[in-house]
Amino acid sequence: MWLRQFRVITAGLYFGLITLLFLDFTGSLHHWLGWLARIQLLPALLALNVGVVVGLLTLTVLFGRIYCSVICPLEVYQDVVSWVHGKQKRNRFSYSPALTWLRYGVLLLGIVAFIGGIGSVVALLDPYGAYGRIASNLMAPVYQWGNNALAYLAGRMDSYAFYSVDVWMKNVATFVVAVLTFGILAVLAWRHGRTYCNTICPVGTVLGLLAKIALFRPVILPEKCSQCGLCARNCKASCIDHKTHTIDYSRCVTCFDCVAKCHQGALVYGGPKLRSQAKPLEKTNRGPDQGDSSRRNFLSIATFFALATAIKAEENKVDGGLAVITGKKIPNRLTPLVPPGSQSASNFTLHCTACQLCVSVCSNQVLRPSSSLTKWMQPEMSFERGYCRPECTKCSEVCPAGAILSITTAEKSAIQIGHAVWIKENCIVNAQDVSCGNCARHCPVGAIQMVTKDASRPDSLKIPVVDLERCIGCGACENLCPVRPFSAIYVEGHERHRVV
Amino acid sequence: MKKSSDKKIDRRQLLKLLGAGAATSATALYGCDSRKKTVSGGANIGEVPTDKMTYRVTPSTGDKVSLLGYGCMRWPLKPKAGSTKAKGVEMEIDQEAVNELIDYAIAHGVNYFDTSPRYVRGMSERATGIALSRHPRDKYFIATKMSNMGNDPKLLSREGSIAMYRNSMKELKVDYFDYYLLHAIGIGGMDALNKRYYDNGILDFLLKEREAGRVRNLGFSYHGDIKVFDYLLATGIKWDFVQIQLNYLDWKHATGWNTNAEYLYGELLKRNIPAVIMEPLLGGRLAKMNFHALTLLNQLRSEASPASWAFRYAGSPANVLTVLSGMVYMEHLQENIRLYSPLEPITERENKVLEEVAEIVLKYPYVPCTACQYCMPCPYGLDIPATFTHYNRCLSEGNIPSSSQDPDYRRARRAFLIGYDRSVPKLRQASHCIACGKCTPHCPQRIQIPQEMARIDKFTEQLKQGGSF
Repeated sequence: MWLRQFRVITAGLYFGLITLLFLDFTGSLHHWLGWLARIQLLPALLALNVGVVVGLLTLTVLFGRIYCSVICPLEVYQDVVSWVHGKQKRNRFSYSPALTWLRYGVLLLGIVAFIGGIGSVVALLDPYGAYGRIASNLMAPVYQWGNNALAYLAGRMDSYAFYSVDVWMKNVATFVVAVLTFGILAVLAWRHGRTYCNTICPVGTVLGLLAKIALFRPVILPEKCSQCGLCARNCKASCIDHKTHTIDYSRCVTCFDCVAKCHQGALVYGGPKLRSQAKPLEKTNRGPDQGDSSRRNFLSIATFFALATAIKAEENKVDGGLAVITGKKIPNRLTPLVPPGSQSASNFTLHCTACQLCVSVCSNQVLRPSSSLTKWMQPEMSFERGYCRPECTKCSEVCPAGAILSITTAEKSAIQIGHAVWIKENCIVNAQDVSCGNCARHCPVGAIQMVTKDASRPDSLKIPVVDLERCIGCGACENLCPVRPFSAIYVEGHERHRVV
Repeated sequence: MKKSSDKKIDRRQLLKLLGAGAATSATALYGCDSRKKTVSGGANIGEVPTDKMTYRVTPSTGDKVSLLGYGCMRWPLKPKAGSTKAKGVEMEIDQEAVNELIDYAIAHGVNYFDTSPRYVRGMSERATGIALSRHPRDKYFIATKMSNMGNDPKLLSREGSIAMYRNSMKELKVDYFDYYLLHAIGIGGMDALNKRYYDNGILDFLLKEREAGRVRNLGFSYHGDIKVFDYLLATGIKWDFVQIQLNYLDWKHATGWNTNAEYLYGELLKRNIPAVIMEPLLGGRLAKMNFHALTLLNQLRSEASPASWAFRYAGSPANVLTVLSGMVYMEHLQENIRLYSPLEPITERENKVLEEVAEIVLKYPYVPCTACQYCMPCPYGLDIPATFTHYNRCLSEGNIPSSSQDPDYRRARRAFLIGYDRSVPKLRQASHCIACGKCTPHCPQRIQIPQEMARIDKFTEQLKQGGSF
């Protein structure tokens, strides 16, 4: 009994805290709670975090799939849905045989994609990443709107306790995926409990293989069992066959529901000694109970949106008023930009599980999920709303998967993630004959020099020249360039980051 | 903020007491001199007097002008019906609010209304005209201006300027002006004066209009280049009034191109030309004092608000005809009416303290912006006055740390940065200033706007990066 309560409490706590990680845009929680994301299996595997991987595997070999009941937030989400349904309709589960071919098929696909470096497939299959997308796309906006309401009130009271943040659609495709994941999992969990975990999730499959030989597992004591079937009807993993007294340990998520449910005390959790008392009955042939509606295709069309039109400055005949500012558009970068600390585009793609944790903490609105097919949903940088500010290293602090390695601000100031490109024709100095230099004024590394347009006339207007050796690609120039919708200076990414 | 809510409670409690019996409360209000009933911080309570306004007389026409003049440069605005956030909210004047304010002002003895074809994005004259035309023409004096600045050749031509003059009559629904001004003389120096009033013969035109009685009083408003001021006074033209910037800071410590009010006022007094006062509050800067200055004032008279000092100061010199105030809120209008009903002139001792206050204020690097909006709209979408106002406000409230070693640094930093985003949208902040300089010639305070923008931006950047400075 206490086992189940202990599981529910720890899982709830863990789930709440890891969700907070995605909601806290100030980045202050990550210092204390960052480890919650780092002990997720796939991110740890990608980050080559040997200690965590070995620890998790050991945990599973010893106690079964505890990971799938407590640590994985996606599964806790399903449990919540399933529990709500269970309140209305009791004893609604029943045993069904494993869909082995599908489980191993998906696992194989995941491994192939992992080895082949197709990050987007790995990202799609990772349960932690899937939950991250739900949290950052669906929950974070609600949290931020709530915060903005408080900020509004604080502003009215002259308090600086809360400040307002921008809530914006970062990527439609990723949002749609998050909505679909959320919806489909809710339906599956509502109807069949843990179908996803036991047929699709590759992490579940791998841990299931180990759980088969777990030291401690639940067992049915035949002498006490009254064959009432209560355990099977309450098993959200549909893995208990009470008639034969067998449990499919590869699918058992060690939730202890059955242990708590059994009135006869016939279901106990224990080690090898206990197991020797339990002898399963002869297997009987059974047909599958229900068809499984777990195969869905997560596909959606990537669309992108941008604001348009030009600066409409009113004639300066009267006092007051504000010129309309048009939104910036994303320039066509030949090489996409990935954050400093990710070392190279390929390293980033290989490790990222698209959990969106970095997107959630990016306070400068630089990171957003990509729409490109090979890096689908993995974050990339763009500077329409802000630039990669010198004092911020939040994304590198939070990444659990080693896609963005931890860096200091000092290191960041020397990492060249790309370089600025100046488009002569678009520059306001050439196009409108006004003096500007806003890019040079704001370059944090002083990589832009203003030189006279016409060398023979020292009083002519000045144009920017980028020192490619010094430029770190932070995007300050692009973001603060007055030319809209396309900046006259923009950053082109580097395949491999360099240290300047 | 906290203070004002305290005040409200005080007031509410008092009203409750008064309301104990309807009959007694009526007599109680009747019986007392409401002007003397004040609570700490300057919130007056009780009724606003309707018949105690101080009046001054215009020598040329004998007009009895209320010491409180209504500046129509800042009318309350509201979003235009059907304007959406996506396209940028378009604002229009809230006519009902304007009517209410003007009706109240007239009912309480205010009779001087100062506007211009440029004010409030060019919408002020019409709104003012609509509200005033609901009153008998002899109940109010209208002042408007020849606002043909800005180097627009069409406007600078004789025809363009005359069209502006006639349009003012149409908008204000009048067939004569009580007061007419050459607007913002001194900006652009003698050059601008010649272009705007001599080369096109507009000054002659206006003098003829005065002869014809369609301009009852002719004057000019002055900002900047003192040469122009001296020149106009020396021309021999009879000026019926002159509008100058006067407050206890500008008296001896005018900034930029502005001239000390002591000199300006003295020159006008010599010639017996009445002075109309603008910027008595320096665009609100004298209403928000920093802590040290506030202490001095509160020790002098705890029930007076900072703004009340500035208004009493501006109204005290006897040759001041009227003091203009752009009152957007009913509470401000009421407070100002109280202050001048009747005026209690500044005493010698108070004057000394105000001089000390001025010295303190001068020590801080305020941007001398009065939020007049002449610089707007910035073609790059910046909100220049809002940025300066935020900076000045933080300076007054002690939220501009002078170094990262300040004991209060972290709190001040947060207040400055969060407050910045609250008062100015990110895209309209100083970091987007490209220093094109289009705004600079429009500023009557001669603020080097791009330099000040760069200064504020640099400061913001220091705070954001959080390094030591």
